[in-house]
Amino acid sequence: MKYYRAHVLICSGSNCAIKGCRSVKQACEQEIIRHGLQGEVQVVDTGCLGLCDQGPALVVYPEGVMYGRLTPSDVLEIVSEHLLKGRLVHRLMQQPTGPAGEVSPLSMTPFFQKQKRVVLKNCGLIDPERIEDYVRAGGYTALATALDVMTPESVIAEITQSGLRGRGGAGFPTGRKWEYTRVAAGQQKYVICNADEGEPGTFKDRLILEGDPHLIVEGMALAGYAIGATRGIVYIRGEYELSIHRMEQAIRQARENGLLGEGILSSAFSFDLEVCAGAGAYVCGEETALIESIEGNRGEPRFKPPYPVEKGLWGQPTSVNNVETLANVPSIIEQGALWYRSLGTPSSPGTKVFTLTGNIVNSGLIEVPMGITLREVIYEIGGGIPEGKQFKMAQTGGTSGGCLAAAHLDIPMDYDSLQSHGSSLGSGALLIMDDTHCIVDLTRCFLKFFVHESCGQCTPCREGAPALYHLLGKVSAGAGGHADIQLINRLSRTMQSSSLCALGQTAPVPVLSALQHFWPEIEAHLNGRCPANKCVMGKAAGKIAN
Amino acid sequence: MLTNVTINGRTIAVRPGSTILSACRQADIKVPTLCHHPDQAVKAACRICVVEVAGQRLLQPACSYPVSEGMVVNTATPAVREARRTMLELLLSNHPADCLQCPRSFACELQQLASELNVRETPFESRLRQLKQDQSTVSLQRIPDKCVNCRRCVHACLTTQGIGLLYTAGRGRDTVVQTSGNVPLHDVACVLCGQCLQACPVGAITEVDETEKVWDALSDPAKHVVVQVAPAIRVALGEEFGGEAGSVVTGKLVSALRLLGFDRVFDTDFTADLTIIEEGHEFLHRLSHGGTLPMITSCSPGWVKFTEHNYPEELAHLSSCKSPQQMFGALAKTYYAEQSGIEASSVFVVSVMPCTAKKFEAARPEMTSSGYRDVDVVLSTRELARMLKQAGIDWAGVSDGEFDAPLGISTGAAAIFGATGGVMEAALRTVYEVVSGKELGSLDFHAVRGMAGVKEAAIQIGDLVVNVGVAHGLANARQLMEQVANGTSPYHFIEIMCCPGGCIGGGGQPIPTTNAVREQRIRAIYSVDEAMTLRKSHQNPAVAKLYADFLKRPLGHKSHTLLHTEYVKRG
Repeated sequence: MKYYRAHVLICSGSNCAIKGCRSVKQACEQEIIRHGLQGEVQVVDTGCLGLCDQGPALVVYPEGVMYGRLTPSDVLEIVSEHLLKGRLVHRLMQQPTGPAGEVSPLSMTPFFQKQKRVVLKNCGLIDPERIEDYVRAGGYTALATALDVMTPESVIAEITQSGLRGRGGAGFPTGRKWEYTRVAAGQQKYVICNADEGEPGTFKDRLILEGDPHLIVEGMALAGYAIGATRGIVYIRGEYELSIHRMEQAIRQARENGLLGEGILSSAFSFDLEVCAGAGAYVCGEETALIESIEGNRGEPRFKPPYPVEKGLWGQPTSVNNVETLANVPSIIEQGALWYRSLGTPSSPGTKVFTLTGNIVNSGLIEVPMGITLREVIYEIGGGIPEGKQFKMAQTGGTSGGCLAAAHLDIPMDYDSLQSHGSSLGSGALLIMDDTHCIVDLTRCFLKFFVHESCGQCTPCREGAPALYHLLGKVSAGAGGHADIQLINRLSRTMQSSSLCALGQTAPVPVLSALQHFWPEIEAHLNGRCPANKCVMGKAAGKIAN
Repeated sequence: MLTNVTINGRTIAVRPGSTILSACRQADIKVPTLCHHPDQAVKAACRICVVEVAGQRLLQPACSYPVSEGMVVNTATPAVREARRTMLELLLSNHPADCLQCPRSFACELQQLASELNVRETPFESRLRQLKQDQSTVSLQRIPDKCVNCRRCVHACLTTQGIGLLYTAGRGRDTVVQTSGNVPLHDVACVLCGQCLQACPVGAITEVDETEKVWDALSDPAKHVVVQVAPAIRVALGEEFGGEAGSVVTGKLVSALRLLGFDRVFDTDFTADLTIIEEGHEFLHRLSHGGTLPMITSCSPGWVKFTEHNYPEELAHLSSCKSPQQMFGALAKTYYAEQSGIEASSVFVVSVMPCTAKKFEAARPEMTSSGYRDVDVVLSTRELARMLKQAGIDWAGVSDGEFDAPLGISTGAAAIFGATGGVMEAALRTVYEVVSGKELGSLDFHAVRGMAGVKEAAIQIGDLVVNVGVAHGLANARQLMEQVANGTSPYHFIEIMCCPGGCIGGGGQPIPTTNAVREQRIRAIYSVDEAMTLRKSHQNPAVAKLYADFLKRPLGHKSHTLLHTEYVKRG
């Protein structure tokens, strides 16, 4: 094995890719060769570091120094100064230095200090395209252990005891879902990894798949072993080209190494995986619509019951689990339910991956213990609101999440606390908005998304979302009255109670939470005034809404 | 073991696995529905049937939600009423409020819902979609603006008929039922059966109304207007006047037509008998001369068009006989005109059919063997009812009348043409006696009767065992056709009717036409047969006279010219 004196880890996640990390890497490699350093310095593609706002980024180890917002020409300086002469390039560094110009490693910065990385443990540290890197980091130990010394039942028991809940939004206990699938009658059972991440502002599953695809292969194999499935499907959002590429490559590598296929690791357990690419409908993130899509049908949710655990893909018992959920599984099997429960809160054990977007200094990907407060996330990890502006609202859980106000900054971020405040953990999206935004304008914008993404199957969602959007348009234009607010409430109640799937059921959540937490601002609109000065008053409401 | 459920405070025991909706119906509790159709799979899409289930956070659709032991259901709580009202208001906000002009008025489920839920106006802004209407065919028209996205037509086309031309396109508020690429019905492989129309709860799909053409003919003194009525009309028309499904109204039908002003009231049953003679001889000829077998009936125009589109290489299997409607038209303008000394050009033939595809059939270019268009106008059962109402005919007071001779004389064998298996049974009655020279003991071939999708029988005729197959509904027909296409069909003779239940279940029949209604009409059809003195086509004296005076012999030269046809490969 070859040893290097320095490692350059370049984030190759798609957030950095769109900012030009490929050319940065190319410049870096060329420059290293030009200086004859190729025997001493290794350049590695890694998954997301989390600081997406600062991409393209690279970290130089052993010092743990991160350089960000790089151009290819910046790299010349990093190679000739840092790698050749050992002098830090301060102008490109993205972490604070001490009084004597000394630097603490990236992992010691406030951004990382408050985080707890279970799911993202390898992200940014290994080359996701090499199974060897994953194995060297302890990968596939959990699968080997399970196949060696655990029964499927004891795998389920461990997951149940860990208290792991679904990370896709609904928070259903994973152990129970597996148990239901295991005991359901069926010839062929399936594990489906739901990677159809479509929630605006959410990109955690993409970065997990890009950064550590073998973690998902291992998590799915464990799920297959637990529920008695021999086949698994990774349903990945079609636009996620890099995720699809890396997942397919990981599956190939796992097969070549006997970690997928017949008789895995010389056990009696056979399991294989395939990737299915989505075709662009947001609703296909709903598990039954996803199943319809795999079956080749129009992506529309099925009515429930029956649930997929009884009648899922091709009518067979199917466990559909989110990427992040499955990414937790190997660690739980390896380190035990008790360890997992030591993280997070009693009702929401473990960690949660969030994507920070909007008006926040450090937008990007973080993983924190459940129960952390919004304030800690925004001001300590996230670096606060930029340009000295004030916090106005945070929307948790994606576009169908509730709008929380400054008064909620200290509530713990876990399934139950957020639910009790009219919001949800949802997909882990965290949208932060400063005080220049108008709540009516924002909720109208959220609603527009649902108008566009409703599958059109059920009446309350198909007809309700546009009607709600129109009513908000009326309010935004200063043409709304108290009767319209009543109608918004009634319509929202109907959409929540009667829609076929969670899309329609949760579409009114931002509106209802805004009515609850931002009423004075909404009332001002009824009086023809937009306090944030965002809404254009007086236009014909119909014209605006349509 | 039954499951106990408490609905609106009343506990009842229902079959395990029942839906809340069926439990409610068992308890005589009405739950409003829209996308639900008794003969189709559950869709749970419209959500109008939501109810409150104790312990559930959300309202649940009664149509799909299964009962469980001890379940407590409430069907009319404030939350339920509010949700239903709001959803209905949403539906009405984009539905054209032109009930006055709509042919489905009074037979419209949306209108009925609005009335039942006491919704008179909608607070939501009206938003008509202004979608393009499809008036490309002579049979059906689509007005997508009226569509409520219940998808019952999609199911009818795909599952009942196995065609699948209608499907859901777009999403969100742009969701619309259309053909692939929104191509007009005329340009796709639509067979115009009208089962989509029968499934539609509103006026989004209707027949092309041709009543005005008939009014014009009736008021034209230069025209001799004759009408023929299909076997299936007499067991269905009564429903249009509040009668029970399956009431036999033959006598009233004849008198009412006379009251409308038709010069002669004839019966398609006459040419149904004639069809049996021609088709029976054709079958025997194919059997003895090594012709293409199995031979398949060709009276159902939707079925014929289906074969032309889907099995163009198998058209030789279709009997070359025209349908009874078209045989009638050809004879009315030749034989009847000659016999009565009326100028053929002045004879105007109207047929009353249970069928929308018959409008297409009558307009086929092949159907002009009399030298004129053989059948001038085809009315559906519903259109006839409309005319009778328009004419102010008091249905209850109409006395019974008799068909005119000679084209009104028929046998029981012709009557059963209206039910699935009927043509086969009628043919067997004749073929058996013609071949064996013996008289049939029992005339009833029970094996080919009833609503089973595919039926078969083996009948010993002379020294030959004749295997016959019967299918109705095109999804079932396709099964038999696949066998024919791949050479594994075990049958000599196959009867296929396009619509479920046969013609009594056609797209032109009164609404609703559900399987339960179909079964009652079928029962009525067999009662008509049993009440007849003559029950075999070859006993029809008027048919015998037609051969003696005009056609000379079955499959003869005149028959070939007037009574047989060719098919078109439509691919």
